[in-house]
Amino acid sequence: MQTQSNQTLEQGVGGLVQDWSADKQTFGVPWGKAMMWIFLLSDTFVFSCFLVGYMVMRMSAVEPWPNASEVFALTIAGHHIPLVLIAIMTFILITSSGTMAMAVNFGYRKDKKKAAILMLVTAVLGLSFVGMQAFEWTKLIEEGVRPWGNPFGATQFGAVFFMVTGFHGLHVSIGVIYLFIVAFKILRGHYEQSGNYEIVEIAGLYWHFVDLVWVFIFALFYLW
Amino acid sequence: MDHEHDMHEPQSFWTKYVWSQDHKVIAIQYSVIAIFVGFIALILSGLMRLQLGFPGSFDFIDPSAYYQFVTMHGMIMVIYLLTALFLGGFGNYLIPLMVGARDMVFPFVNMLSVWFYLLAVIVLLASFFVPGGPTGAGWTLYPPQAILAGTPGSDWGIILMLVSLAIFIVAATMGGLNYVTTVLQARTRGMTLMRMPLTVWGIFMATILALLAFPALFVSAVMMLFDKLLGTSFFMPAILSMGQQLDHEGGSPILFQHLFWFFGHPEVYIVALPAFGIVSDLISTHARKNIFGYRMMVWAIVIIGVLSFVVWAHHMYVSGMNPYFGYFFATTTLIIAVPTAIKVYNWVLTLWQGNIRLNVPMLFAIGFVSTFTIGGLTGLFLGNVVIDLPLSDTYFVVAHFHMVMGVSPILVVFGAIYHWYPKMTGRMMHDGMGKVHFWGTFLGTYAIYFPMHYLGILGVPRRYFAYENYDFIPDSAKDLNAMISVMAIFVALMQLVFLYNLVWSYFKGKESGDNPWQATSLEWQTEHTPPRHGNWGKEIPVCHRWAYDYSVPGFEQDFLPQNFEGKKAEVSS
Repeated sequence: MQTQSNQTLEQGVGGLVQDWSADKQTFGVPWGKAMMWIFLLSDTFVFSCFLVGYMVMRMSAVEPWPNASEVFALTIAGHHIPLVLIAIMTFILITSSGTMAMAVNFGYRKDKKKAAILMLVTAVLGLSFVGMQAFEWTKLIEEGVRPWGNPFGATQFGAVFFMVTGFHGLHVSIGVIYLFIVAFKILRGHYEQSGNYEIVEIAGLYWHFVDLVWVFIFALFYLW
Repeated sequence: MDHEHDMHEPQSFWTKYVWSQDHKVIAIQYSVIAIFVGFIALILSGLMRLQLGFPGSFDFIDPSAYYQFVTMHGMIMVIYLLTALFLGGFGNYLIPLMVGARDMVFPFVNMLSVWFYLLAVIVLLASFFVPGGPTGAGWTLYPPQAILAGTPGSDWGIILMLVSLAIFIVAATMGGLNYVTTVLQARTRGMTLMRMPLTVWGIFMATILALLAFPALFVSAVMMLFDKLLGTSFFMPAILSMGQQLDHEGGSPILFQHLFWFFGHPEVYIVALPAFGIVSDLISTHARKNIFGYRMMVWAIVIIGVLSFVVWAHHMYVSGMNPYFGYFFATTTLIIAVPTAIKVYNWVLTLWQGNIRLNVPMLFAIGFVSTFTIGGLTGLFLGNVVIDLPLSDTYFVVAHFHMVMGVSPILVVFGAIYHWYPKMTGRMMHDGMGKVHFWGTFLGTYAIYFPMHYLGILGVPRRYFAYENYDFIPDSAKDLNAMISVMAIFVALMQLVFLYNLVWSYFKGKESGDNPWQATSLEWQTEHTPPRHGNWGKEIPVCHRWAYDYSVPGFEQDFLPQNFEGKKAEVSS
C-alpha cells in the first residue's frame, strides 16, 4: 500500500514536471477552459478582498453587530423560523450545481437535448435564487436596513451585506444569462458541426465557482 | 489539438486599423494612447516643478491645482502609462511573436481590452473639465480626506477617478487573461517555457501579478465609491469636517491602506518585471553574449513576483501597526533584494567581456542598470522601519521611487521602442537623435533625482505646495529646487526629440530589413517586416533552441535564431 501511493506520487510529480516543461501547451485543456480557470483565480481575489474587508469591518465596528438569526428570520404561519429563507436559497443553489454537473456529463456524451434542458433547469434555479434574494433585500429594506444605517446595530452591517450579496447576485445573474445563451446555442445546433461541447463545461466552471463563493458568504454572513 | 486561425486579411480601413483584432495593431493602439497620456503627465510634472523651483512666480498654480497635478501625474504615470504600455503595448506586440503564435488566443476579447482602456482614459481626462476639477487626494487616494470637502475635486474628480480605475481594471483583466493563456497554451512547437525569451517571462509574471493584485484596487474603489455616493462608512470613521459632525461612523481608513497597498506593491513589480525581462534581452542581443544565468533569471522573476504579495505594509510603517508587523514586513522587503541583486549581477556579468555594440537600445539598457541599482539601494534604507520613520514623507522617498520605478522602467521603454521600432515599421530610428535623447534623459534625470536624496535627508517634506517659513530648511535647498526644476524642464524638452524621431523615422528612417540587430528571438525571423496579420505566412516557425545563442563557437554568424535547425556546435578543446 505504502509503495503504491509513493508510485502515484512519483507519477504525479513526474507528470507535473513534464507538463510544465513541455512545448506548445502547459495544461492539456482547451484555451477557453484555461482562460476561465485563470479568470476564476482572479475573481477569487476579488471576493477574498470583499470578504476580508467585511471581517475587518465587523471586528472594528464600534456598535454591536446585528444578530444574524434574528435579522434573517421569517415568520411563517405564526412560527418564527430563523434562517429559513437562506437555507432554501442555499439548497437551491447547490442543487443547481448538481444539474449543471449533469449537463456537463450529457454535453460530453453529445446528448444535446438533455444537456440543454439541464442547463435551462440550472438557469431557472439560478433565477429563483436571484428572485429570493430580491425578496430578502426587499424585506430588509422595509425593516429599515440601508447602506448608511440600520435599526439593528452597526451601520456597516447594511453596507457590507448589500455590497457583497449584491456583487454575488450580479455574478449569479450574469451566469444565468450565460447559461441561457449557451443552452439556446446548443439547441440550435451551433456546436453540431465541430461536435465540441466543451463550452458546457466552461460555463459549468463559472457556475460552480459562483456556488462555491456562496458557501463562504453563507458561512460568514449568516452563520457567524 | 489544432487551433489554426482563419487567415482572412481584414478588408477595409476600419477593420484593419480601428476595430482590429490583430494583436500588433492593438499593441500600437495601446502604445499610442499610453504615450499620449504619458505626455500629459509629463506636462503636469513640469507645472509642479515650476511651482517648486520658482514659488510665487506662476499665479495660475494655486495649492489646489498643485495637488491636482501631483495626483494626476502619479496615477497616470503608474497605471495609465507604464502598466498599459508594458502589458497592453509590449505584451500584446511581443508575446505572440516571441512564442511563435499567430495571434492572442482570444483576439476579440483583446480588442475589447483596448477599447475599455481608451474609455478609462477618457473618463480620467474628463475629470479635468468637471466642476472642481480632478481629484487632488494624492495618487494613493487615502480616505477620509479623498472624499471630504477641502480636498480638491472631492465632488466629481474623485468619482471619475474611481470609475476610471474600475474600467481600467476590467480592460487589464481582459488583456491579462489573453496574455497568460497565450503564454501557457499557444506556444509553437519546440518552444518550452524554459526557452522563452526573458521579455516574455517578465511580461507573463507581471500579468499574473496584475490579475491577482488589481482585484484589491477594484474592491477598494467600489467601497470608496459607496462611501462617497451612498453614504456608507467602510473607510470613514466618526469625523468632524468644517465644524460639522458627518454621518459616518465606525469605518476603518487603515483598511483602505491595506487594500490599496496589497495592490500597490505588486503594481511596482507589474511595472518592473517587464522592464527586467526586456532589459535582459537588450543586453544579451547588443553584447552578443548569452544571458548569464538564464535559469536564475527566470526563477528570480518568479520569486520576486511571489514575494511582492507579502511586503505591502512597508508602505504603512507610519500609519500605525503592531511593531511585530513592521518586523515581518521589513524582513520580507529586504529578502526581495536577494533575487533583485541576482538579476543585477547577471546583467553585469552578461556585459562582462561581451562584444558590446553601443547602439541606442543598449545605451538605454546600461542606463537602466545604473539607475535601477541606485534606486534599489535607497530601497534598502526605506525598507527598514527605523530608517524609514524619519525619511518617510520626505523627498528621499520621492527620489527613491522615481529612480527605481519611474526613471528605470521609462529608460527600458525607450530602449525597447528603439529596439523594436524597426520590426513595427520596417525603418530604423535615427541614431544621432536617439543618442541625444539618451544622454539628455539619462544625465538629466540623475540631475533631477540625485539631489532630491539630499533634500530628503535635510527633512524637506514631500507633497508641500510651498516651503516658506520653515527654519530647518536652509536657503540652499531652495536653490537646489530651482536647479532641479530647470533640469526637469530640460528633460521634458528632450522628449520632444524622441517624439520628433518617432514621426520622422516613420517616413524617412533607414530601411531596416528583417533583422537589423542580428537577434535570435522569433519576432525577428518573420517573413515580412512589419509582420502581417497572422504573423508567419504559411508555416509557423519551429523552435529549436533558447533565445540566447550568440557568439556560439563553430558557426560563421555570431547568432543562431531560435528557429535555426542545426545541431549544437561541437565545442573544440
